[in-house]
Amino acid sequence: MAALTRMFGDLDAAADAVQEACALAVAKWPVTGVPANPRAWLTGTARHKALDRMRREAGRAEKEAAAMREFGDRQDPGSRAYDDTAPDDELALIFMCCHPAFDPAVRVALTLRCVCGLSTAEIAAALLAPEPTVAQRVVRAKRKIRQAGISFGVPAGDDLAGRLAVVLRVIYLVFTAGHLAAHGDRLIRGELCDQAIRLARGLTTLLPAEPEAAGLLALLLLTDARRAARLDDAGELVLLADQDRTRWDRAMISEGEELLERALRAGKPGPYQLHAAIAACHSCDETTDWREVAALYGELIRYEPTPVVAANRAVAVAMAEGPAAGLVILDTISDSLASWPQLHIARAELLRRLGREGDAREAYHAALRLGPPAPEREFLQRRLGELTEPGR
Amino acid sequence: MKYLMLLYASRPGLPEPGSEELATLIAEWATARQAMADAGVLIDCAPLQPVEASTTVRVRDGGTLLTDGPAAEIKEHFGGFTLVECADLDDALKWAATLPTARDGSVEVRPLIQVGGPS
Repeated sequence: MAALTRMFGDLDAAADAVQEACALAVAKWPVTGVPANPRAWLTGTARHKALDRMRREAGRAEKEAAAMREFGDRQDPGSRAYDDTAPDDELALIFMCCHPAFDPAVRVALTLRCVCGLSTAEIAAALLAPEPTVAQRVVRAKRKIRQAGISFGVPAGDDLAGRLAVVLRVIYLVFTAGHLAAHGDRLIRGELCDQAIRLARGLTTLLPAEPEAAGLLALLLLTDARRAARLDDAGELVLLADQDRTRWDRAMISEGEELLERALRAGKPGPYQLHAAIAACHSCDETTDWREVAALYGELIRYEPTPVVAANRAVAVAMAEGPAAGLVILDTISDSLASWPQLHIARAELLRRLGREGDAREAYHAALRLGPPAPEREFLQRRLGELTEPGR
Repeated sequence: MKYLMLLYASRPGLPEPGSEELATLIAEWATARQAMADAGVLIDCAPLQPVEASTTVRVRDGGTLLTDGPAAEIKEHFGGFTLVECADLDDALKWAATLPTARDGSVEVRPLIQVGGPS
């Protein structure tokens, strides 16, 4: 490692390279046998790895400026993370970074650092976390890989499905962090959406037989296709129903639809394919087929038996069969979601459509009492103003 | 690679002697032990006497200080250990999940530093 550090003048780069070489050794030597000169093998492999990394970093600087929000880059499957590494190593690296022994926040940071090649400063900016925190997370995680014996390899057999679910979840988290930033000056962080799509695309290429990987990519493409229409000129979020559909990215939508169709044909449904199918219903040119959406949410509940999915299903049922049918479902879950403003808003809307103004007013007030974000508060107050005052 | 599994029970001590609960626990442990032994990963495995039986040793300024009791008071009840040698963390985590303590208490899987070899 000292030799490498001297060679590259960068302790971190050398440390990373040595670590990668050791990880490879751990994975390969039991199979291939220990080489005649293990030390030379490690140094040679580490140097190769360090050179790889430098090439990658150098290539990155050029692409960087253009790549971040360029549409062209999004279409380019040969993005920087997948160009010069053997597919098996690339896949093993993703599984290592998304190991369930790491905290979810650590998985996200480690994946962005080691697989996407972002700097800790870039990760900190994207995730709105202090840079020292991100740096420390990454350093500790790399140390844990070595100390705890987290192996470098693609999980086999029965283990693959469970581990793949964790990887898909990490990519989904990267996307949602960009799709609707929880705080900070920008509501949408496009660079994170791009990275997530790049990761999902890479994974789909590496694991072509996994329909859930394709389902996730389809979901991200179908959702991100609406990016340009999701904010108005004032930078406020625009609801799906009010979006200017001409600003949707048609190429992304059709790619997502094709991917989804191919994935569904494998006959191995899963939550990401269902989410993608729901997104596809919302992306079609004609009016949304709410009956279909309700049925898909009904399927999704089998994989994600959460009150939030049930609430979404209730809204879809209300759109398909009328407010009364939706209200019946909402009332069965209202206890478990009492602290979720959206539940009260959904109930209030259905009650209003049923003409039960007193109950609707009560539900709007219940949502207001939970202190929703400013745009929702304004919406609620406007709705309350539209309802006739009691006793008049 | 060697991993020490620290067994933290949900309550101190063992069930009443002669109770059905104790018999079940012993049977469950025998099964878990046997599976690890058959797979060739088990090095040792034992429950611990209660903390009241502990004596803590500290050497300060050349003198040995003894304290009656554990080194640190912690909320969890550290009640035993299992030492295994596994191919990697995934393997160790799988075995940890087979231990009865994992079902009502918790099992901390802690890698050992390989002394005299690359760590």
